[in-house]
Amino acid sequence: MDVLKIRKDFPMLDNKIMQGHPLVYFDNAATSLKPNQVINAINDYYKNYTSNVHRGDYDLAAFADKNYELARTTVAKFIHANDNEIVFTSGTTASLNLVAHGYALTHLHENDEILLNEAEHASNILPWYDICKQTKAVVKFIPLDDEGKVTPKAFLECINEHTKILSIAQISNVLGYEVDLKEIIRIAHEHQIIVVVDGAQSAPHIPVNVKDLDCDFFCFSAHKMCGPTGVGVLYGKYNLLEETSSTLLGGGMNAKFDRCGNILYKKPPFKFEGGTPAIEGAIGLKAAIDYLNQIGMENIKKYEQELKQYAISKLKELDNVEIYNANSTSGIIAFNIKDVFCQDAGTYFNSLGIAVRSGHHCAKILPDYLHVTGTVRASFYFYNTKEEIDIFVEACKHGGDFLDAFFK
Amino acid sequence: MLSLNDPILKREIIMDHYTNPRHKKLVDDPRYLKVNMNSESCIDDLDIQILVEDNIIKDFRFDGVGCTISTASTSILGDLIIDKTVDEALDIVKNYEQMLQEEPFDEEMLEEAVVFKDVSKQANRIKCATIGYNGLKSLLSQIRGDKK
Repeated sequence: MDVLKIRKDFPMLDNKIMQGHPLVYFDNAATSLKPNQVINAINDYYKNYTSNVHRGDYDLAAFADKNYELARTTVAKFIHANDNEIVFTSGTTASLNLVAHGYALTHLHENDEILLNEAEHASNILPWYDICKQTKAVVKFIPLDDEGKVTPKAFLECINEHTKILSIAQISNVLGYEVDLKEIIRIAHEHQIIVVVDGAQSAPHIPVNVKDLDCDFFCFSAHKMCGPTGVGVLYGKYNLLEETSSTLLGGGMNAKFDRCGNILYKKPPFKFEGGTPAIEGAIGLKAAIDYLNQIGMENIKKYEQELKQYAISKLKELDNVEIYNANSTSGIIAFNIKDVFCQDAGTYFNSLGIAVRSGHHCAKILPDYLHVTGTVRASFYFYNTKEEIDIFVEACKHGGDFLDAFFK
Repeated sequence: MLSLNDPILKREIIMDHYTNPRHKKLVDDPRYLKVNMNSESCIDDLDIQILVEDNIIKDFRFDGVGCTISTASTSILGDLIIDKTVDEALDIVKNYEQMLQEEPFDEEMLEEAVVFKDVSKQANRIKCATIGYNGLKSLLSQIRGDKK
């Protein structure tokens, strides 16, 4: 993997300056930067074959159609699914909401239980609260272990005859632990529990094989994996997608309807894609996946682990940095500068050109578990370098001077 | 008057109000009006209370979770407005907002609050520097609304 060559593909990495310093972009868990290959693919659609999909009788529309469906095939191959199991949505949040409102709402009853955990992102908690309100099902939280991980054992101990759905992030967005999903899903299926996977932080960083995992639903976003914002994916086993109701009704998703209110919906995945979809989004996502495949997901995973280990070993030499997830393997570091409020640290890093996230990271229950008000999160992607980590570590060293941000 | 050109003194004032905030304790007294302020860009979560009698702000209190900028700015706000009339307080708020928007303002009126003049260098923190001020405005408009 030639990182310096890779960096040349990213306009945002071409001498971008923030607050007078070269940009060090360590907020990849929030969103990733985009390579020219993706930007050009989107431009190409707008410049050369703008038209809607699934309807025109002319050449341009047929070409757009072909590329949109080619994107679906590319996504399917990327996670080892079938084409008809790939639904384009607006992102992970929309995908999780579609499972909650399209599947869970019609399959859960009073006292049924949905299992979540305290490290989950808001988008994998709030839709379930809403389903509980409507169905009188209940949300239960799997206790995290001492490090903040969900273990198969802890999951097993939470199962009872009411447990119907497990919704879980493959890699959590604050602590970055990868759960033993295969074992958890094996246990779940022994108890007829449907497993929904939030893959927002995993699909961009590690190889994903939904058939091998045997998960029932898998959700992820394009923008965290070099693709555009506004598009994402819901994978569902085909029989489950057939049982899932459309939550977005309109053009493109129906086969026919009449004035008496009779409607015949299309088959999955099309019955979920009402309205004009994010055509540029799907085309951009395809370009992003092609780009990632060319580098290789195994290589990406390995390199990010290397970055993480390097950063942790450097940070551990500092006595003013508290790390909350030293042992997680993904490229996410949750930490605080001692005696500095996380948001003040975030502003301080900004003043040095370093983009990190601070606060709750949408996992608003987790700080209670960590006994902190919030954390700073640095998250890496394959285009980051050890040199950037050195700049970041040097900044951490002087983190006590955080008011410099306002007085330089 | 505090010099705007002494960064070391300004830093000391901010750190002093952050580590030893004034007015940071709520009271359980029905005469006080209270508002909760949540910042969108930060994880600040502050409750603010004021006691207004005869159009005079007799007391100002706050508590909750806040970053250095929100805590120190709210602490200094309390110092500024206690014993002022509602109109005087609103004038102070207006001047402060003008300072953060890099518009002309009355330095003398803002006293220690001038230390936040440079907050606009870090755009995402303007909300932190104004959270107490916005809370106060919301409480004062409640009072004025009640009178009408």
